[in-house]
Amino acid sequence: MAAAEKIIGSRIKRREDPRLITGEAKYLEDIQLPGLLHAAILRSPHAHAKIKSIDTSKAAKHPGVIAVYTGKDFADVNPMPCAWQAGKVKNNVNTPRVLEIDRVTFTGAGVAVVVAEDRYMAQDALELIHVDYEVLPAVVDAEKATKAGAPQLHENAPNNIALEWTCGTQDTTDRALKEADVVVKQRMINQRLIPTPMETRGCIAQYQAATEEWTVWMTSQAPHVMRLLMTAFVFGVPETKMRVISPQIGGGFGAKIFLYPEYCLMAALSRKIGRPVKWMETRSENYIATTHGRDHITEIEVGAKRDGTITALKVNTYANLGGVLSTIAPGIPTTLYGRMLSGTYRIPNIFCHVYGVYTNTGMVDAYRGAGRPEATYVIERAVDLVAHELGLDPVAVRRKNFIPPEAFPYDPVILNGLKYDSGQYAKALDLALKMLGYENFRKEQAEARKQGRYLGVGFSSYVEICGVAPSAWIGLPGEGWGAGLWESANVRVHLTGKVVVTTGSQSHGQGHETSVAQVVAGELGISVDDVIVQHSDTLGTPFGYGTYGSRSTAVGTVAVYNSLQKIKEKAKLLGAHMLEAAPEDVVFEDGKVFVKGSPDQSKTIQEIAGAAALAYSLPPGMEPFLDNTSYYDPPNCTFPFGTHICVVEVDKETGEVKIKRYIAIDDVGKVINPMIVEGQVHGGIVQGVAQALWEGAVYDDNGQLLTGSLMDYAIPKADFFPTFETDRTETPTPVNPLGVKGAGETGTIASTPAVVNAIVDALAPFGVKHIDMPVTPPKVWRILQGNGG
Amino acid sequence: MKVSIKVNGTLYEREVEPRMLLVHFLREELGLTGTNVGCDTSQCGACNVHLNGQLVKSCTCLAVQADGGEVTTIEGLKSNGHLHPMQEAFWEKHGLQCGFCTPGMIMTSVALLQSNPHPTDEEIRHGLEGNLCRCTGYQNIVAAVKAAAGTK
Repeated sequence: MAAAEKIIGSRIKRREDPRLITGEAKYLEDIQLPGLLHAAILRSPHAHAKIKSIDTSKAAKHPGVIAVYTGKDFADVNPMPCAWQAGKVKNNVNTPRVLEIDRVTFTGAGVAVVVAEDRYMAQDALELIHVDYEVLPAVVDAEKATKAGAPQLHENAPNNIALEWTCGTQDTTDRALKEADVVVKQRMINQRLIPTPMETRGCIAQYQAATEEWTVWMTSQAPHVMRLLMTAFVFGVPETKMRVISPQIGGGFGAKIFLYPEYCLMAALSRKIGRPVKWMETRSENYIATTHGRDHITEIEVGAKRDGTITALKVNTYANLGGVLSTIAPGIPTTLYGRMLSGTYRIPNIFCHVYGVYTNTGMVDAYRGAGRPEATYVIERAVDLVAHELGLDPVAVRRKNFIPPEAFPYDPVILNGLKYDSGQYAKALDLALKMLGYENFRKEQAEARKQGRYLGVGFSSYVEICGVAPSAWIGLPGEGWGAGLWESANVRVHLTGKVVVTTGSQSHGQGHETSVAQVVAGELGISVDDVIVQHSDTLGTPFGYGTYGSRSTAVGTVAVYNSLQKIKEKAKLLGAHMLEAAPEDVVFEDGKVFVKGSPDQSKTIQEIAGAAALAYSLPPGMEPFLDNTSYYDPPNCTFPFGTHICVVEVDKETGEVKIKRYIAIDDVGKVINPMIVEGQVHGGIVQGVAQALWEGAVYDDNGQLLTGSLMDYAIPKADFFPTFETDRTETPTPVNPLGVKGAGETGTIASTPAVVNAIVDALAPFGVKHIDMPVTPPKVWRILQGNGG
Repeated sequence: MKVSIKVNGTLYEREVEPRMLLVHFLREELGLTGTNVGCDTSQCGACNVHLNGQLVKSCTCLAVQADGGEVTTIEGLKSNGHLHPMQEAFWEKHGLQCGFCTPGMIMTSVALLQSNPHPTDEEIRHGLEGNLCRCTGYQNIVAAVKAAAGTK
């Protein structure tokens, strides 16, 4: 349909922006309620300790203080659930409580709370609480934590192992490695990151004793899931007793998916005290109490033939999960990591072994990309290591091993039954190379080297997995998630022809209010201005699993699309009735129903919606109103791909790496709003490049976070980057009728190996084969001075 | 202490604690919640406002320091019901995603153009170094500032 194609795929300005650019949007911190109290949380200064006693008497007497509580006061509240445990293996689960009672396993664990009339009073009183700790030895390194003699964090997890998981086949992989012409081994660190959305976390809970019902506002990417976990698992009450609202959310990047102790604590406090209670995280708290991401120690062995054909990949990873498990922590370094290690290549033998390990550090869970950046880093570094070993061009080795377009749907075997949906990997690479001008670059590089300047180019031809939902695959019997992750939508065409869409997805910067409206407008042939998209309130929206893993378009918006088809079917029946035509003779096009070949005599969707709502002349048996709810459980995930190229120059004197060019070709399937997709790509690239060059959480041996503020943790600034050169290829997915794959994480997933490969290329004259992230100037400088990496 | 501060053209007189930050004065005393707090170490710039024509981080300024002064916040940028050209440019160029850094980013960008009406890309990126954005990768923010400046 002409109109549909025009709106779907166009650069419509975002409809959520007017409230954001004027300061009218209401974030959690902006919400005030009558009688609102403020909570401040006392957190453990020790990474590993027994709590011997807590004296709250002085704090309780401080002016303005309403109550002071410790963990013992909430012994009847269950610990947080771990909703995604690694599939088909034993998980030794330990999760946080609203406040810890006997023992803390990381710096920042909550041990007491003050509730006061204002935040200043609460904060002042916090300093009057005395906790007697017995400090225990700590371990922060995941590999060391598994060795004999390491401090033990939990009784049920010998050697601090939360889980041991494998995928692929060990014996065939070992055999293939033995038979390979070359085998390259490499140890690589994927360092711990701190997500750092610009808005920290917060929560307000209000309890109504008369009905025993809560309303909870929280900074959540998944309000329906929060309600389910809090009611059914933590408090043991019916789900219907709680309404969860995510107000305007200031970014999440995964860190706002999870059920945190503070949310349950606010709910427990408001029930105890009978007044609404608010907690807003400070940035310093955010760094120690909100989840971190990545933190892998990995050893790889990759085997290849002399011509560059990769024959085997063996990976052993220690994944640091922190002191206790966050909501979906076990699923990230297993399903979302190990199963994506084949990348864009045909690799006949893969084996991946993962230890998920407890250490005395903050919780680690999904952070933008979640498992796929770690997998992409492994395979894209592996390809370069093979190329380097064999003296081949890294582009040629990629081409040699690419899964060809005719091989789709492609089964990489390690995906446990899923198949890559569609892909044209060489096409994306070719476009990227054309933008780069590869041959010229190599000449320029050779010239520069003669002058003592070190340029490098790095490639990353990635594939990732989005729309993680199919119940048959992700659910308990398969990948271990406690449920199928279908999505829902309701579409209502009101009497006036205005459309209200409610979705179980959640938007915290992604622009759903615009992109979903574009799909509705396109399908119904109406103006985008006539569509309202509502989300983030469990009261008014159908159940949904929320927004993460680039799933809102590939799963949530497809549910909207499915509802629109059913609405169009009903509109056709009613339109035919109004035109006194046979249903089989009419068509729905550009927002009108008419008899095929007679568009002059038509009924508009607005007229039909009005007739459906007024309901006094409906065909026999037809219910009033144009209204439909859909639940969409996709048959497969979607697999976006592309090639990113980074060009760097390394300063020989200072060791500083400067990004000269960054080219990103992404194929995210069909695009609903190119402007929004480009924005997602830009933001993702910055987070990935930042991991490669600057960011990294650092704990000392005692478990103190040394990078605990924005002064110490290197969030990149505007002048760290050149203008990115982006373009797309478009390979629709056959998985869903919109052909969309997902675009929220490609930049973060693709970029780290592109940058590191470029740096290694630049430093090749110095004999460098590998360098760990973040590639900071001192690290490079030492190499340039001949002192190793 | 008693302070009198003109905010977005209106004079407000209030009793405040000496330790009250300007950002809390704006948000909690006046209900102007457009100005956000993103950190506690003066790094992020989400709270940037104009005080007597100068860009300040309102989390690093006490309300009493603004006594007798004039403050402009994001809520005061519109004139006669029309968006400021910088607000229009951020909208047009997709210079925001979650929107949390946006009020501070816009206030900084307005100040930037006041001191340098036709900046280069490099000057814009340098001028924004006191503001952190975690969503956009800055590229479309730079484009927005350029568009507002009318420079190509």
